[in-house]
Formats: sequence, structure tokens, C-alpha cells
Amino acid sequence: MLIINIAGFALIALIIWWFWLYKPKEQTLTDSDIVIKVENGVYQPSRLKIAADKPTTLYFQRLDPSPCAETVLFPGLEISAVLSLEEKVGIDIPALAAGRYPFHCQMQMYKGELHVQ
Amino acid sequence: MSQKNRFKNGAAQELTLMVDGASCSSCVMKIENSLKAVSGVDNASMNFADRTVTVSGSASSAELINAVKAAGYSASLQSADSDDELLDEKERSDEAYYKRLIREMAIALGLGVPLMLYGLIGGDMNVGTSLERMAWLAVGILTLGVMVFSGKHFYVGAWHSFRNHSANMDTLIALGTGTAWLYSMAVVTAPTIFPEMARHVYFEATAMIIGLINLGLALELKARGRTSEAIKRLIGLQPKTARVVRDGDEVDIDIKDVQLDDIVRVRPGEKIPVDGKITEGNTTIDESMLTGEPMPVEKQVGDTVSAGTINKNGSFLFKAEKVGKNTVLAQIIGMVKRAQNSKPPIGRMADVISSYFVPVVMIIAVISALVWLNFGPQPTVAFAIISATTVLIIACPCALGLATPMSVMVGVGKAAEAGVLIRNGEALQTASKITAMVLDKTGTITEGAPAVTDIVTTGDRGEEEILRLAASLEAGSEHPLALAIVESAQKRDIKQSKISGFEAISGHGVKATLDGMELLFGNQALMKENSVAIDEHIDRAQSLANEAKTPMYFAVDKKLQAIIAVADPLKKDSVAAIKRLHRQGIKVIMLTGDNRDTAKAVARQAGVEDYFAEVLPDQKADKIKELQAQGEIVGMSGDGINDAPALALANVGFAIGTGTDVAIESADITLMRGSLHGLADAIAISKATLRNIKQNLFGAFIYNVAGVPIAAGLLYPFIGVLLNPVIAGAAMAFSSLTVVTNANRLRLFKASTH
Repeated sequence: MLIINIAGFALIALIIWWFWLYKPKEQTLTDSDIVIKVENGVYQPSRLKIAADKPTTLYFQRLDPSPCAETVLFPGLEISAVLSLEEKVGIDIPALAAGRYPFHCQMQMYKGELHVQ
Repeated sequence: MSQKNRFKNGAAQELTLMVDGASCSSCVMKIENSLKAVSGVDNASMNFADRTVTVSGSASSAELINAVKAAGYSASLQSADSDDELLDEKERSDEAYYKRLIREMAIALGLGVPLMLYGLIGGDMNVGTSLERMAWLAVGILTLGVMVFSGKHFYVGAWHSFRNHSANMDTLIALGTGTAWLYSMAVVTAPTIFPEMARHVYFEATAMIIGLINLGLALELKARGRTSEAIKRLIGLQPKTARVVRDGDEVDIDIKDVQLDDIVRVRPGEKIPVDGKITEGNTTIDESMLTGEPMPVEKQVGDTVSAGTINKNGSFLFKAEKVGKNTVLAQIIGMVKRAQNSKPPIGRMADVISSYFVPVVMIIAVISALVWLNFGPQPTVAFAIISATTVLIIACPCALGLATPMSVMVGVGKAAEAGVLIRNGEALQTASKITAMVLDKTGTITEGAPAVTDIVTTGDRGEEEILRLAASLEAGSEHPLALAIVESAQKRDIKQSKISGFEAISGHGVKATLDGMELLFGNQALMKENSVAIDEHIDRAQSLANEAKTPMYFAVDKKLQAIIAVADPLKKDSVAAIKRLHRQGIKVIMLTGDNRDTAKAVARQAGVEDYFAEVLPDQKADKIKELQAQGEIVGMSGDGINDAPALALANVGFAIGTGTDVAIESADITLMRGSLHGLADAIAISKATLRNIKQNLFGAFIYNVAGVPIAAGLLYPFIGVLLNPVIAGAAMAFSSLTVVTNANRLRLFKASTH
């Protein structure tokens, strides 16, 4: 029983580390058009580094037919766009001050972040 | 702000930019050349008429936009698809997805329902004899088939999310159904490692949960479709073709090909294709779809017409002045779309919770299993598996996530149908809390067009003669009251005469000479200064002032000839609308530059309890501050131009338009029609939407807060009940459907009758 309990607590620790503490790598967005794939519950890539004070265009391609994936919102920027299935959709991001700007679907199941620096 | 663009497949792409600031056709070359200089651009061609430039090549849109900016203009990406094409595409893909979900649901329930019925009628779900093992192994493999066919998207989604260090609904479903299936297969393949009481299989739970959740998703998809009905209706307003005069002939062309300055023919019963000005003919036009104003509007040469409105009876020609994305209809659609996707502050708490939700539920599932294993009755392992599975399945992050956006979607759309354009979620929420509404008198409560109401003659000249002389005198003045007199004369076809020696005496009136007569027109002070005897007529003037009219004296050769009263009449529905605001519990305050007597009289007529009189335009903002300091949440309505500082300072600024001629986006909320009923409608819809959001959030919180502990087995020590995972699956599937359905109730909302 002790082993099971230890395993249980280890599992809890693993959940906390994997989902909250671990910071995945960021991908630097250059002008060489990265397309963010919207598929299987994730934006891929989901964490993007972009330059501050420079307008950028982000391209999304939604491959998930579920309506959850249909809208992408940048709440801090008051930007939203409807992603038509399978099309590449460009979203203009204005020049931003350094900081972190999350983006997500309506229900926050799909999540990503723009790291402006 | 967001623009969309469709690309052709492959590296080479064609995209369209909308260019601002190009005022002459010579700009075309400059813009095209600046784009062609960008590396990777094959061609750039600008359409000056609709201010768009189409660029082909491999350059990114950011580079292109920067190149246009460097040339001294501004640019943004434009959708290559029209709204209705995008809508059709969405409907097609939604329909295909719906059919897929129904197919997957049918397969999963096809296995799950017979298995569950078998268990319910007393069939043995335990693994005992080797024959039972063989049979359950076959069922286990069939269930695996269901998992692959009907539930693949959950497992693939969960795996990708996991690898990406995120967790979502797929994670919970995959873990829940996967745990039930793995446990059952372990029982079937190695029964001896489990105590005899724990040799129970849960294949029916796996199949049923997958089936029910697919059913829930399918129904939710249908219900979601209804939440965007308002925007669909707006998009559907634009006709697909236009009848344009080309080389003297009238030809039907695609709406996209209509150019600026084209002359367009509209026949009775047809929709107006683009915005423009009537050049020939007159008619009445139903603008209710844009403004919410039910009465058709009469239009003649020189009047503006808007895309999407319906021509009632006349045939006319008009010149296209705004096409494509620049029409009022397109702007309304753009604004409604943006607002529908914005979130009011009330939804932010739910966002924070849902971002931690799934991992927390996973932790609760582990703790629950450990508690059952350590302290539960025999068979502990079976109880632990059931409770963990049920916790994972019953938790529904979707209901929380959907609660706010679905209601906003329907509420903002419903408002647009009533001619109320709400800028964003924050404006929606604040509008629902307004306690005081400040109304600018002129043009908001009143028509904004003063007219002559009374001519009280006091000398030997008749009304017509007085009007002729007064209008001749006032023709040189720019005062709004003077305009009322000139217009009154014009209406009666009274010709003006030429005056000389015109002089305006600031704040008092005007004087001039006509055919040797000295004409004097103005207030009491002006008359006294010029020794005109008015004492016996002051009471009459006062009684006119008490009727909310502005009385003025008119004298010829120092002898009083008439008192002319001018009034700005109340809009015909102002009184009823103000009553509605009162019924909504809102204090109504009028702001006016008029003197105290007239202000008091207008306020009394309009049914307004409080007023600020003699307010100069730059003092309006101070009055708003004053009210806010008293703890009021202040709404301010005005024409959006003169009142800009006050509108910006108010908690919610309402710009009141007149028909479709309104600067959209100039305020938090734009009312497309001039009626004050729009204010009451806006507040009623905001209140209804906020109530709906609260119901949804409350329901979603309560569902999860109550459901998760019950699933973990909290009730078991007291009443011996442990939730069946299939029931948890059904509850989960229908909880988000309930949220969407409740949001859809807002579609039935009707602003009170007016």
C-alpha cells in the first residue's frame, strides 16, 4: 500500500510539474512565415517570440473541425478572428511593447502565448 | 482590427491589402512600385476605386504592409473571401463534422447500449469462468474498435495536448475512458491478480461515455449555429448582384465588380447593393434591418441610401459612394463580429479557473483513488477505479469556458438586430449597471431642428408680412433660431427682400434696414436698449417660455410688431422612452445650454426629473464627473461629435445616429436610429445578457463544484451511493449543451413594446 501511495503522490507531483511548472521552449517568429497549426487541441507552435515595436502577421491554419477551434482571441489586444477550416488565415498584430500576450480559443482549451521582446 | 486572408497553396501566394491614405490616382504607381521593390513580390496591382492592392509572390504580408507604410500610406490585410462565402464554407464544414459525430455516436452507442441493458437486466458483468473471459475479451476488443473509430479524436487530442504541456477536455475523456478500459482488460486477461469481488468489467462505460459525449458535441454544434443567427442575417442582407448603368445600358453585374461612382438602378422591392446618393427618382426605403426603425424612410435626389436596405415602391438611380468593406453594412458586420468575440470582465474569473481546471481535476482523481484504496470498503481497487474514472468524466471545463462567450454572441447579435451596436464586452457589462443616464437635450430628446411655433402679432402687419421681413433680416445670421425663421418663410413660399446695414448684437439679436425701415429682432434686452415698448406683452412671452418655447421680439421702426416663438419639438417617442428608462430604475438627467425657464419646461414636457441648464459645451464633461463623484454609474448620450469629451468620460457613451448616417465606433454603444428607445433597448439587452451569463456561470460552477465531489464518492459514507461513470458521461455531455441552449434563450428576448 505504501508503494501505491508514494506512486500516487509522485503522480500528483508529476502533474503539477508537467502542466504548470515546466516552461516549454519558445519559437522565434521571423518573417519566414511560421504557420500555427490548430489541431488536436493544441496550437503548434504555441509559444512564439516576436520582436517589440514591429507589426507582425501571424498565420493560423485550423485543421480541427470542432467549433472550439474556430475562433482565436488575443484578449489583451482586442483582436479576434474566425479560422475557416483548412485555410491559412493571416492576423495582423500591431507593433507591441515588450511583454507576454496570451491567445486562446473561446473556451481556453487551445492556448498559446506571444512573447514580445 | 483583425483581417483575414486566404492563401493559395504553395509558396507563391496572392493576397489583398486594403490601403488607406491614397487620395489620388497618382498614388497608385507609387504604391505599386514600393510593393514591387519588396523581394519575393512577382506583381502588385492596385484598384484605386476600392483602395485595394492585390500582390502575388512569396513575400509576407508584414513586409508588404511595411513597404506601403514606408511609401507614406497605411495598409492592412483584406479578406479575399466575402462574408457570405466564408459563411457558406463554415456551414458546409460544420455539417460534415456534425454527420461525423452522429456516425461515431451511433457506433459507440450501438455497442454501449446493449451492454448497459445487459447489466441492468441482471446480466453478470463479472469475470468468472473461462467462457466468460473469452466473451468479455471479445467485447473488450470490440470496445477498442469503438475507441479507435468513435473516440480517436479524444485520444489523439489528449496525446498532443500532453506533449505540449497542456490539458483539456480531451485529456479528461481519454484518461477516464482509457482507465475504465485498461482496468477491464486487466481483469479479463489476468483475473487472478484482483480479489474476486473486483473482477468487474466496465466496457459499457467506455463505449457509452464516448457515444454520449459525441452526441453532446453534435447537439452543441447545432445549438452553436443558432447563436450566430443575427450575424448570418446581417451578412445575408447584401444582395449578390447589382444593376449598373454602363454605356447607357443597364446590366446586372456581380456585387464585387461595382466600382465607386457607378450609377446603380434599384427597382421596387429590390435590395440596395452598395452605399450611395440618389441621383434620379424618389422612393421610400425600409431601413429597419440596419437601424431597427420600423417606419420606412422617404428618400429623394441627394439623399443617401445604404447597402442591405430594401427599396419599397419607387424606381431610382444612385451613385455608388462606398463599396465592399466600406459600406455601413460591412462596418456593422465587422463591429458585431468583433464584439461577439470580446469578453466582459465577468467572464475573466471563469477564464482563470478554466486555465487551472483540468490538472486540478486530474489531481482530485488521483487523491480520490488513493482515499478509496486506503480507506474504502472491499473491493477497494474497483471503487478506486470507478471514482477516479467518474471524477475525470464528470468534470466539464467546456461548460465554464462556454458560459460567457455564448451569451455575448447571442446578446450582441440581438442588440444589432434592434439597431444597437455594442463595441465590446466591457461596454455590454457596464451598460447593464447604469444608474444615471445623461441626455443632451438638442438632437437627443428633441428633434434638433428648431421650428417656428407661434407668431403673435402685436401691430398692424399680418403674419406673412412679419415673416417676410423677419426672414429677410435673419437670412444673414447663422444662429439656429434664425434658420428656423428662414425655413418657416421658405415653407410658405415667402420671398425674402434685400436688406442693408446688417448687424448682429452678440447674445441679443440682430438689426438691419429694409426699404428705409429699421428692423430689430431679438430678446427683451435688445428691445429695451432700443426703446421699444414691450411691457404689455411680457406676460405673453413668459407664457410661451413656460411652454418650452423661446420667444423673440420683432420690431419695425421701434414699434413692436410680433413675438415669434421658436421651439425644438420633442422627438415623438422621447416621453415614452424616458418612461421606459425610469421603469428600468435609471435616473434621467437632461443637459442643455438653454436658460433655466426653457430647460425646466422641456424637462417637464419630456418627463425628466433632473436637468442642468445653461451648460456650455465644455462644461458637459464636468457634469458627468459630478454625477460619478456621487457614486452614479453614468451613461451619456449625444451626437458623438460635439459631446466627445463627455461621451468618453461617461461610464458608457452612447452615440445616437440618425438613420444609417452615423459614425460607427465613435462610442461604446452606437444607436443606429435617433429614437431614445434605442437607449432603453440597449440597457434591456445588456441586462438580459448579463443575467444570462450569470445563470450560465452559476450553473457551470455548481455543476462542477457539486459533481466532482459526488463522483469522488463523497456521498458514499452517508447514503452508500457511488455515481455510475455512464451517468457522469451523460451529465458532462449535456452540461455544455445546457449552457449553449440557455444562451440561445436570449434569441427570444424582446425589448419592451414601443
